[in-house]
Amino acid sequence: MVELTLFVIFGLAAVFGAVSMVWARNPVYSALGLMLTMLSIAVFYVSNGGYFVAVVQVIIYAGAVMTLFLFVIMLIGVDKSEERTERLPVQRPLALGLLALFAAGVLWAGRLVWVTGAPAGVVPVDGSIEAIGTELFRKWVLPFEVTALLLIIAAAGAVALALFREDGGDE
Amino acid sequence: MIINQFLVLAALLFSIGIYGVLVRRNAVLVLLSIELMLTAVNINLVAFGSYIQDTLRSGQVFALFVITVAAAEVGIGLAIVVLVFRNRASANVDELDLMRW
Repeated sequence: MVELTLFVIFGLAAVFGAVSMVWARNPVYSALGLMLTMLSIAVFYVSNGGYFVAVVQVIIYAGAVMTLFLFVIMLIGVDKSEERTERLPVQRPLALGLLALFAAGVLWAGRLVWVTGAPAGVVPVDGSIEAIGTELFRKWVLPFEVTALLLIIAAAGAVALALFREDGGDE
Repeated sequence: MIINQFLVLAALLFSIGIYGVLVRRNAVLVLLSIELMLTAVNINLVAFGSYIQDTLRSGQVFALFVITVAAAEVGIGLAIVVLVFRNRASANVDELDLMRW
């Protein structure tokens, strides 16, 4: 019962943050809305036993990534209001109709039984740092190393993009 | 524990993310919507991993990998956005028609 109450509260918070992210005219409000969504989703991770993933979610997403987004929003200006007129006239009612159909489909599918298998909810899976690290460095060590390669490539690519000049010569 | 509530919530958040990608014209907002979609996928991964009681913790480990890839993607994407803004004085995706055929 406590779990369901927590789900309702933070689920509403997550959806509210997402909708305000999509609809806000000011990009700073969009970033703050996504931050609210990320923090709410961290609560869902905790309720599913993923303690370490929740901590990583708060530190990486709500901390580092959102700070990076806010930096870029400050760099390229916040007062650029974009126009919202649709150029295709039938697009908006068609989208609303399809949205209603899709929402009905999701709500109908949510009542079905999707997963069979292990009995649910006997013991929550242990998602502590110790358990995650044991499996991460034993079973999943090769994807972990490939992730390090990916991060190096991303950092080098960002530096290369920052040094790029229009006339072809680098600094 | 019921898993359907998490699946429905993840589908909702993913749909809102798709809407943001399709509708918003600011490139930073498009990247924010992509982040929302990736996080919605993470909800599914962690919920399923908790549901089937996986001893390998593959759901949570995959969520960690998705977070890592998202961080790398944000770094590259925002660098590209800043570069485009420096060259074109605009970060709206509907004004970028340099590669239009």
